[in-house]
Amino acid sequence: MKKKFVYKVDKCLGCKSCEIACAVAHSTSGDLFNAVNEFDALSPRKKVYASSGKNYPVSCKQCDEPQCVSACMSGALAVDPKEKNVLYDETRCVGCWMCVMACPYGAIKPDKKSKKTVRCDQCKDKDEPQCLKACPTKAILWTSS
Amino acid sequence: MSLIKERSIDRATQETLKKAKKENIPTCWDRLDAQQPQCGFGLLGLCCTVCNMGPCRIDPFGEGAAAGVCGANADTIAARNLARKIATGASAHSDHGRDVAHAASLVTKVHSHPESHPEGHRHHHDYEILDIGKLKLLAAEFGIDTAKPEEQIARELSKKLLEEFGRQEGELVFTKRAPLKRREIWKKLGITPRGIDREVVELLHTTTMGVDNDYKNIIATGMRCALSDGWGGSMIATDVQDVILGSPEPVRGKVNLGVLKEDQVNIVVHGHEPILSEMAVKASRDPELLKLAKDKGAEGINLAGICCTANEVLMRHGIAVAGNFLQQELAIVTGAVEVMMVDVQCIMPALHEVAACFHTKLITTNSKARFPGVSHVEFTPEKAYETAKQIIRVGVENFSNRKKDRVNIPKEEMDLVAGFTKEVVAQMLGGKYRGTYRPLNEAIISGRIRGLAGVVGCNNPKQTHDFAHTELVKELIKKDVLVLQTGCSAIACAKQGLLLPEAAAQYAGNGLREICDAVGIPPVLHLGSCVDNSRILTAASHIISEGGLGEDLSDIPAAGCAPEWMSEKAITIGFYFVASGVYTVFGASPFAVLGSKNLTHYLTHDIEEIVGGRFDFADTPVKMAELMIAHIDKKRKALNLKPVI
Repeated sequence: MKKKFVYKVDKCLGCKSCEIACAVAHSTSGDLFNAVNEFDALSPRKKVYASSGKNYPVSCKQCDEPQCVSACMSGALAVDPKEKNVLYDETRCVGCWMCVMACPYGAIKPDKKSKKTVRCDQCKDKDEPQCLKACPTKAILWTSS
Repeated sequence: MSLIKERSIDRATQETLKKAKKENIPTCWDRLDAQQPQCGFGLLGLCCTVCNMGPCRIDPFGEGAAAGVCGANADTIAARNLARKIATGASAHSDHGRDVAHAASLVTKVHSHPESHPEGHRHHHDYEILDIGKLKLLAAEFGIDTAKPEEQIARELSKKLLEEFGRQEGELVFTKRAPLKRREIWKKLGITPRGIDREVVELLHTTTMGVDNDYKNIIATGMRCALSDGWGGSMIATDVQDVILGSPEPVRGKVNLGVLKEDQVNIVVHGHEPILSEMAVKASRDPELLKLAKDKGAEGINLAGICCTANEVLMRHGIAVAGNFLQQELAIVTGAVEVMMVDVQCIMPALHEVAACFHTKLITTNSKARFPGVSHVEFTPEKAYETAKQIIRVGVENFSNRKKDRVNIPKEEMDLVAGFTKEVVAQMLGGKYRGTYRPLNEAIISGRIRGLAGVVGCNNPKQTHDFAHTELVKELIKKDVLVLQTGCSAIACAKQGLLLPEAAAQYAGNGLREICDAVGIPPVLHLGSCVDNSRILTAASHIISEGGLGEDLSDIPAAGCAPEWMSEKAITIGFYFVASGVYTVFGASPFAVLGSKNLTHYLTHDIEEIVGGRFDFADTPVKMAELMIAHIDKKRKALNLKPVI
C-alpha cells in the first residue's frame, strides 16, 4: 500500500527543518556539518512556501493519476503496479523537464548541473522519510490511508 | 505596482523602488520576500541557542518537546531571549552616551590647558560648551559647585558622567529626576539602576545557562537594565549633546528624498552619534571644499541625513532629512549620492552592495562598525573636523563620477518644524524667562488636550512603510491627543506634513487645535532622535512636579507606541517606558514571546499592577489608537478630570 505525506498546515511554523533534513538525507556525507560544504548535493526535495499567513510544505504528493508519469518520455518514471507509488529511475532521466512542467504542485525540481530531475523518493533507503523525523511540531504525517 | 503600494505609502519611496526594480537592485523588501516563511520558533521566542547542549526548541502545540535539554521551559527561554535583546538595546544607547560624555571631557581639556594645543588657541571647529545654562543645571544635579569657573565645571561634570557607567552601588544620578513615588516603586522592587554598565552585565549574566529561571525575575532584571538606558545612557547622551552641540530650538527643515540636489554634491550622513554629523555640517561649509566643489562643476555641497543622526542635525541646524530607516538604500538608488558616511546602529549591511551599483562611496567611520571591502576613515573626537573634511572631500571629488543618465531624484519633499525639547515646550507655554508646564497641565485638566502620546521607533518592511506611523498619529490628534515624536517615526509623519503648525487645522480635534493655534505649535512635536526619548521621561517628570495630574508618571493620561519597530533598541525603550509607568503598544510583529503564554500574559496584564505600565501588541494603526485612547481615558477618569471638550 503506497504511503503519502499529509500536512497539518496549522502546525507548520515555517522553520524549514524538513528542508534541511531532506538535503542532508540526500547528501553524500549524510551529516549536516559536512553536507553544508557539498553545495552540489544540497538540494532539498521539499520546500516550505508561505501563502495567506499559512505555511505549506511541498514535495511529491504521490498522486493517484500522476501527471509526471504520463509526461515522461524516457521511461524514467513509472507507477509501481503493486504499491501504486511513483518509481523514479534516475539513470533513464534525460532532463527534458516535461515532468517539472506537468506537476500541478511544482514539487519536481530540475537539477541543471546533473541535467536530471530531483524529486522526493520518500527516503527509500531509510526506514522513514527524514523530513518526518525532523519536524519539531509533528506537522508532517506519513500515512497509507 | 500594487505590490509597490503595499511596500510604502510614501511616493518618493514608491518611485525609487520602481527604479530599483528596473535596475535589478534588490532592497530589504525583496529580501523579506526571500525570507518567507520566517521561522515560527524564532517568531514565538521558543528557540534557545544559549548553550552547546542545544539549540533547543519548544513545541508550541504541546506534542513535541516541552523543555530544552537543560530543562528550560517556554517561559524561561522566551524571557531570556527577550532579556538579551534589552541588554543589547541598552548597550547601543548607553555606549552612544559614553562616546558623547568622552567628547565632552575633551572640550574641557582644550579649554583648560591651552598649552596642550599647539596653536595655543581653540579652533572654531572644536567642540565647545554651547549651552552654559544647561551645563550648570547638570552640574548642580551632580553636586558640583556651579560658582566655579565654567571650564572646571565642565571637567568635573564629564568625569562624574563617565563614572555613572562604572558605578557599582547606589543609584544613577538622573533617576532623581523621576517623581518620588516612582523612585519608591523602583526601590521596593529592587530595580533602581545602579551603574549603566553593571546593569547590562548583570542582565547578561542572569540569562546564561543555569542562572535565572524565573521569567518574572528575568523581566525585573531586564527592567532595571532598561532603566539604566532611559534614565542613564540615553539621558546622558541627550543632555550632554545639548551642552556641547547646543540645545535645539524650533527650526524649519525639509524632509524626503527630494532634498537631494541634482546640481550639488550630495553627502548623506547616516547613523546615530551627532559628534560626527555635527562636524560634517561644519565641514560642508568649509570654503576650501566649497571652492573645490565649484571647480568640479557642482553648485555647492548639500548635506542630508538618514535615521537618527539626521534628526540630530535637523534639530540643531535645520539640515534636511533625506529619509528614515527604510529609505537608506533608496537614497543611494537615486544615483545622486556622492558619499554616504555612516557611524553606528541601523546601518544595513546591504548598503555596500547597493553603493557598488553606483558611483556612491560608502565610508565607515567608527571602529565598532566596519564593512568588509568598504573604505574606513576612523573618526576620533580629537581630530573631528579634519576627519569630517577628509570624508567630504572624497564626496566632492566623486561628483564628476556621477552618471547623469542614472540619476532620478523624486520631487517629493515636505516642510517641517522640529526642535521641541522639554525646555522649549516649557518656554513656549510659559514664556522664555519663566518656562513652565502649567498651561500644558491646565489644558489636559480642562479637557482641551485629552492626553499625551509618544509615538516613536523604526520602520519595518513587514508593515507598509510609514503607514502605521502616520495613520496612528492622525487618529490620535483627531482625538485631541498631543503627540510627541522621535526617531524614524517623526520622519515618517514629517513626510506627510504632520509636523507643521498648519496640520492642526487640517487634522487636530477642536481642543488640541485651539492650543496649537494659541501657542503656535504643530499638533505633533518632534523631540529628536531615539536617545531623545529620554526627553519624554524628563518632560513627564516636570508635568508631575507641576501638579494636578497625579503623583506618579503612571498617573498622567499618556501612552506610548512603536508602530513599525524592528530594532532591539525599541524593546529597551519599551521596557524603560513600561518600568516608568507608561502603557506602551508595539506594532509590526509582537515581541518574540507569544510562545510563552505566561510571559505574554505577564507583560500585557499582570506587570501593570507592579510598575503601573504594561505592554500591548496590535497590528493596525486604528487598533493601536483605540488602545491608547482607552488607556488615556482610563487615566483621566482615575484623576477625576473633566470630560474632553
